[in-house]
Formats: sequence, C-alpha cells, structure tokens
Amino acid sequence: MRKYILIRAVYSVVTLWLLVTIIFGLVRLTGDPVTMKAEAGADAAYIAQLRHNWGLDQPLYRQYTSYIGNLLLGDFGHSFGKSLPVKTIYLERLPNSLKLGFAAFVISLVLGIPLGMLSALRVNTWWDSVGKTIALLGLSMPGFFVGLVLIIVFGVQLHWLPVLGKGASAFIWSNPSTWVPFWFKDWSHLAMPAFALGWYFAGAMLRITRSGMLDVLDSDYIKLVRLKGVPEQVVIAKHALKNSMIPVLTLAGLNLLIMVNVAVVIEVIFNWPGVGQLLYDGLSNRDFPMVQGVVLMSGVMIVVLNFVIDVLYGYVDPRIRLSR
Amino acid sequence: MATITRRMPLIIGVSQAVRRSSDVAREAPFIPLLVLTLLVFFAIFAPVIAPHSALDPVKPTREQCLAKYGMAACPYVDNVPPFWAHEGSVRTPLGTDFLGRDVLSRLMYGARISLVVALTGTLVAGVIGTLLGVLAGYLGRWWDQIIMRITDAWLTMPSLVFAILLSSVRGPGLWNIVVILALVFWSRYARVARGEVLTIRERDFVKLAEINGVRKLRIIFRHIVPNVINSVMVVFSLQVGVAVIIEASLSFLGVGVPPPEPSWGLMMAQERESLMEGKWWLAVFPGICITMLVLSANMLGDWLRVRLDPQLRNR
Amino acid sequence: MVKAVDGISFSLEAGETFGLVGESGCGKTTTCHSIVHLLPPSARIVSGRIELAGEDLVSKSQREMQKVRGRQIATILQDPMASLDPLFSIYNQVAEPAYYHQALRGSKLRHRVKELLAAVRIPSPEARMKEYPHQMSGGMRQRIVGAVAQAGGPKIIIADEPTTNLDVTIQLQYLNLLKDLQRASGVALIFVTHNLGIVAKMCDKVAVMYAGKIVEMQPVRGLFYHPRHPYTRALLDSIPKLGTKEPLYGIPGQPPDLADLPTGCSFHPRCQHASDRCRNQEPCEQSIGNGGTARCWLASEEFARE
Repeated sequence: MRKYILIRAVYSVVTLWLLVTIIFGLVRLTGDPVTMKAEAGADAAYIAQLRHNWGLDQPLYRQYTSYIGNLLLGDFGHSFGKSLPVKTIYLERLPNSLKLGFAAFVISLVLGIPLGMLSALRVNTWWDSVGKTIALLGLSMPGFFVGLVLIIVFGVQLHWLPVLGKGASAFIWSNPSTWVPFWFKDWSHLAMPAFALGWYFAGAMLRITRSGMLDVLDSDYIKLVRLKGVPEQVVIAKHALKNSMIPVLTLAGLNLLIMVNVAVVIEVIFNWPGVGQLLYDGLSNRDFPMVQGVVLMSGVMIVVLNFVIDVLYGYVDPRIRLSR
Repeated sequence: MATITRRMPLIIGVSQAVRRSSDVAREAPFIPLLVLTLLVFFAIFAPVIAPHSALDPVKPTREQCLAKYGMAACPYVDNVPPFWAHEGSVRTPLGTDFLGRDVLSRLMYGARISLVVALTGTLVAGVIGTLLGVLAGYLGRWWDQIIMRITDAWLTMPSLVFAILLSSVRGPGLWNIVVILALVFWSRYARVARGEVLTIRERDFVKLAEINGVRKLRIIFRHIVPNVINSVMVVFSLQVGVAVIIEASLSFLGVGVPPPEPSWGLMMAQERESLMEGKWWLAVFPGICITMLVLSANMLGDWLRVRLDPQLRNR
Repeated sequence: MVKAVDGISFSLEAGETFGLVGESGCGKTTTCHSIVHLLPPSARIVSGRIELAGEDLVSKSQREMQKVRGRQIATILQDPMASLDPLFSIYNQVAEPAYYHQALRGSKLRHRVKELLAAVRIPSPEARMKEYPHQMSGGMRQRIVGAVAQAGGPKIIIADEPTTNLDVTIQLQYLNLLKDLQRASGVALIFVTHNLGIVAKMCDKVAVMYAGKIVEMQPVRGLFYHPRHPYTRALLDSIPKLGTKEPLYGIPGQPPDLADLPTGCSFHPRCQHASDRCRNQEPCEQSIGNGGTARCWLASEEFARE
C-alpha cells in the first residue's frame, strides 16, 4: 500500500508540473495577454508599462522560472480589478463552490446509483428503459439549461425557492465558529443550483452503476454465491454492491472534476458567489491574472482530489491494500 | 439416503426468440438519425427556408407597432411571444427576441453554428489526438511516456475552464472556438488511440509483418489505423455532444461566438433578463434545440459503441 | 424453442459418483443448473420431475430453492480464479453457507470453518482464513471452493469440470481429495467432465450426453469395456494410446446445432454404422443388460466389443 501511495504521489506531482507548464505555454502561444487587457486605443507607453509589470518583456525562460518560482511560494498573482492577491480572493470564495459541488455530488449519488442498480437488476425491462432514458437526458441537457428551467418553474412561476444568491451564511477562514454551521444552513438557496449541477452527473452515475453492476452480476463468483444458497437480497447487497462500487468510485472521482466545469455556468446563472463566478467576473473585466489564477488553482485542486480518490480506492480494494 | 430420481424425463427449453440484447444493439437508431438529419437540413438550407433574416429585425406590421408603442410605424417590435400566445403572430411563430429578430430563423441559422463548430472542432481534435496516440503507442518507450504524461496532465484540466482560459487570451470568434475545441479535446482521442494500438501491436498479424521486414510506416497505416479508427469513431460521436455543450456554454458566458451571430448559447444568455419578467420561451427554445442535438449525437454514439464492440452486444 | 436438454433421466444413490460426459454444448452444464433451478432467464424447464428425498424440486419456488442450494445440493464451478469474490476474506466466503443453512455463529462458526479448511488440506487454516482469494494459488482456491461446497453439509455435490482449469500436476491431488471427502461424508457426487480418464478414476456410473440427450448410461466398467453407442465408442477410440504410433483418431464432423437437429438419430451424420432406420427414426432408450441404457438402434444387437 505504501508503495502504491508513493507512486501516486510522485505521479500527481509530475502531473501538476506538466499542467502548470502547459498552461504557461498555451497562454503565451495563443495570444498576448497584454493586448487583451489593454483597451483599444491605449497608448504604447501604457502597454509597455503593463508588459513590464507582468514581466512579459523578459526572455521566455526567465518568465517561466519566475512563474514557477512564484507558484511554489504560493503567489498566484494579483488581481487587477480587486487589487488583492488572487489567492486570497480564491480561498475566500472556495468554500461556497465546495458547498455547491458537494451538494450536487450527493444529489448525483442519491439519484444515480439507486436508479442505476435498479436498471441493472431489472435489465431490459421497462424500468431499465426508464433508467437509461433518464441517464441520456441527464447527459444531454446542458447544465445551464436545466438551471434556467428550474428558475422558471420553481422560482418565477411557483415562487417556491429563492432564485439568487447563496443566503447569509458564510465561511470565514479566520473565524472557526463559522466553519461547521456553514455547511448546514441556507439549504433552500442550495436546492436549485445543486440540482442543476448534479443532474448531469446523476446521468453519468446511473450509467456507470448500471454497467458495473451488470458486469458483476454476470460473474462466476456471484453465480457461486447464489449456488451456496445465500438469500438473494444478501447476494445483491453484500456481494454485488461492493464489487460494483469499485468502477463507480473511480469514475465518480473523475466526474467530480467535470463538475467544476459546469459549475462555472451554474454559478453565473444563480449568482452563486463561488469560484466559477470569479472566473466569469475575471473574464468580463479582463482581469487576466484572476482568470489564470483560478484556472491554475482549479487544476491543483483536481490533481489533489484525484490523488485522494486514488488512495481511497486503494483502501477499498484489498488487492491493493494488502500489497507492500 | 439421498437420491435424485428423474422418473419423468426432463426437458429444458431455451427460447431462441428473445435476443437478449433487446434495446441497444437491435435496431438502427432511427429517431436520432431523423433528428440529426433534420438539424443538418435546417443548417444547410437556412438561407432558403428561414422565414426571416437572422440578423435583421423583422419588419413589424402596423397593428403590432400600434399595439406595442402606440405609433404607426416602428423599426422593430421586441419580445413578441410565440404564435399561440395572445400577442403572438404566425409570421413569427416562435416570437421575436429583444431586438425584434425572428426566433425561429435565428434558431435555424444557429444550427449552422452549432454543427459547424462542434463537428470541425471535434474533427480536428480527433485527427491530432489520434495521430499522437498512435505514435505514442507504436513508437513506445520514452516517446510513449512523454506523450502520455502530457496527455494525462491535459486530461486533468476541466474542459470548459480550460476553454475559457484560452478564449480569454485569444478572444471570441467562430474559428477561434474551433481551435480552442481542438486544443481542449485532442487528449481524449490520444488516450483511446494509444490503448488500441497497444492492444493491436501485440496481435500476431502485426508481429508477422514486423518480422517480415515491412516498413514501420506501412504497418501503421495498413494494419493499425483501421482498427484504431473504430474506437476513435465511437469517441468522436460521443464527443460531438460535449463540443456542442462547450460551445454553447462559452457563448452563454460571452466568450464564445460573438453577437450578432445566433449561437444558441448566446441566445439563451441574451434572454436571461426576460426570464425574470416571465418571458420564458425565448430562453427555452434554444435550450431545447441544444438538447435535441446533443441527445441525438449521444444516442447515435451509444449505438455505434455497441455495434463496434462485440463484447457489449449482449446487454 | 430449442431443446437444450431433451428427455434426460437418471437416478443417483448416496455416496455414488455419477459422471456426466460429453463435448461442449451438449447440455451437461444446463442439466446441472436445472437441478438447482438456476437457469438463465431465457431457459426454463418445460417438463419433468426432479425428486430429492421424496420432494419434487421442479415445482419449488426460487425462495424454496434457496434453502436447497448449498444445504442439500452444493456446486463446484470450473474456474477457481473467478469463483471466489475478490473483496471478501476466505473465512467470510467459507462461512457463508454454514451461517445461512446451519445458523452457526461466533466461535462455533470459526471452528467449523477451520474444520472445513483442514478437511480440504489447506495448511495453517487459521492464518489462511484471514486472507483473500488473490493471495492463493489456483489449486488452493479450488480446494477452498470444495470447502465452501461442504460447508452447508450437502447430500449432493455437483462438480462442473472442477479440474479443467488446474495444472495437470494438481489435478490428481484434487481428485483424490474429492474422493476422500466423499468417503468421509457419504455425499453423492455428480461429476461433469469431457475427460474420460477422470471418469474412469472417479465414477461409479456414467452417462454420455450428445445433443441434449443421454445416448448411453452404464456402470463405469461396462462403459469402458463394452460401450454400446457408436459415439461412446468413438470417444474411447480418440484417446491417444501410449506406446503405439497409430494416427490419432478424431470423430469426423461437428456436433449439431441444437436449433437444427438432424432427423432421426442426432448422431447419424457422424456415425459409421448409420442405417436407414437411424436416419429416419429417433432411437429410444434401449436397455442393455447391466441396468444401463443406450439410445441406439444397433445397441440391442450383439455389438459388444472386447
């Protein structure tokens, strides 16, 4: 197990480094950040000043090393718009996005996994068709569309749920007393965005659970368990479930990452003050360090998340847990 | 004493009538093909069959101007509801948008954008990705390692976020989006292609060719590529849907196809304010179009996947 | 409707080993699955009766069969790698039948598991119990499967090609083990195989299946020394003989597609002795002396071979 963790850690570090380099390279290659920031008609002096501020007048390798150096020190640059370090603003907003993401994840699990299992257990029947259709719809309707529809139905027409914002509770890093209550308050605000975000993943979860379950149900060892005369509920609940969770968990982790994507649009629609909205604001205000910083930080978070999931996975599967 | 006796002879029948594959592998996917054909039809023939222009406001009638503004003539009438509503008219069956343009026509022209961008972007990504994947798989050793590490790192970037970053640097524009799509998605193909190559490489017919001294390049093109194409095609068909959503999302956020082009995502963004006023249809129609396109692409992709993978046929 | 198994009939005594022989696809596995009512959804028992200790199994519901499986009839499958659940410990898996059928718990259960593992000659069972399937070799796994089969205290064990996936060197060990277990517990064994050598060693009575029917059934010596059905004879002839350089003999042709059986006797296209009667009339079971039967028009004639 230890060796497994070590390998995964090294792998994560390499991935991170590559990620950072790729972002660096692509940004420099696909356009000039300075001209994006500067207004049309800005004079040459201003542009030159900007270039100097950003160190873009330095030779490329110098830029690269200082870029990496800054990152290692935790400096992700300064936002233009808010004149605060990007990192500060990002961290302030992060708990909100995590809350949303977590809620959406839970929704996707609660919706997707049971339906997926039902589909597999009643394969090729009417239930299965329903399940597969739901999954397809989930995967095909863009998140922001679902969000808009929800707003229309529940917010505007029925007035059941508040439409915008996240409510009053806040997570303040410096104030530990806010840490726990934050996760449990203001659920009415969370309902719609979380559902809009989780819908797509419910579809993906459904599929993965269904196919994983079908694979397991076909296997010899399940056949043998049945032949042992173990009651059917136990066959499913004990053996089939645990075995199908392995592929589900793996892909659940991956899906979490895609959730970060859709979250951007959802946050914008629902005016949810999270990291995605930061990205959007940065775009609209041409706040380039902000945009780059958010993207980088998201990348870092994802690599870390994947690492954690890999370790968890190693724990569940005794073949890995018991190895050296 | 335990005995099993079968005094009456046992007959066990197996129904051959039920093909256990039922749903997926059974029949051709008519509905998605139909929908896709329809959308392509609209896209190609939009200039001919669209009732109005997508970019210019519809010329309003006297009655409309009077009803809305109390004037005899006006440049445009905005936010006309669909024909079944009170103020709607059959001239603009799905209503007009905030600038008085006909929604139906814009939807038709929008089909062009969605299809062109998604297909081209995915195609370019596919070509690049497949090539890199095949190279990595075939050349092996440290070529493989380098390309795969890069691919893996690339894959950890969430696609939309990545696309947003790139577009913030490149700026909006239709062809920019295509380039961005290609840059974001090539890694998916690379991974699949490499996997296929590795599997095939070990197969005997390739080894035979190598032993007989056939040139490496020839082996790649004659033996490996056709087999890789199958899996790549499946990825392609499933990725088209994703590309459509990404383009729509980008346009929705304002960094995709710029106005006044009628990208469906953009249309939805522009009508967000009218949502609050209760004019929900303007934002919903483009959304329905996007869903139909992606749904059909996904269904087609699913069918393709089952067709091309013999192991999955029994589900 | 394809008849996977057509008109099978046999009986089994306690402590007896019954061999079921045939090529792939002849219906032996289907027969075994049907005894415990675990057929795939596309198959069903059309007619027949399976009697165990006076009760008919065919008419039982799945719920009722659950109590029969493992408790009265246990099964050993072919592939030891795939038979055990990779995520649960050996203890867990061997204990399951005892837990559900004999309601053993706690230390009694542990003791029983140890007993079972020791009976299949697993060294240091205490330590092994905590381990997982992937840590064991194929031979060991198959022995554990044997322990699992014994755990419920069954009267019948169905072994479906248990040694086919084992190394040849381990096969003999395993067969001896099965025989010892049988002797100790008096359990009846239904042994499915395509290997006549194993049949000779293990079985008391043998049935040869072809195209879903039993074409010959005899006590083992009778089958080997006086086979009455041309198919059996052909199978015996195709066993390579040590010490001679005779060319290998294979049965010409292919087993028929069950959906498209030949008229008359199913074997006639491949049979050297086929007559018109064979081609047109399906043979019924002819009794041949020692309590055996053969489904062949030529069996009743003096066709014994020395």
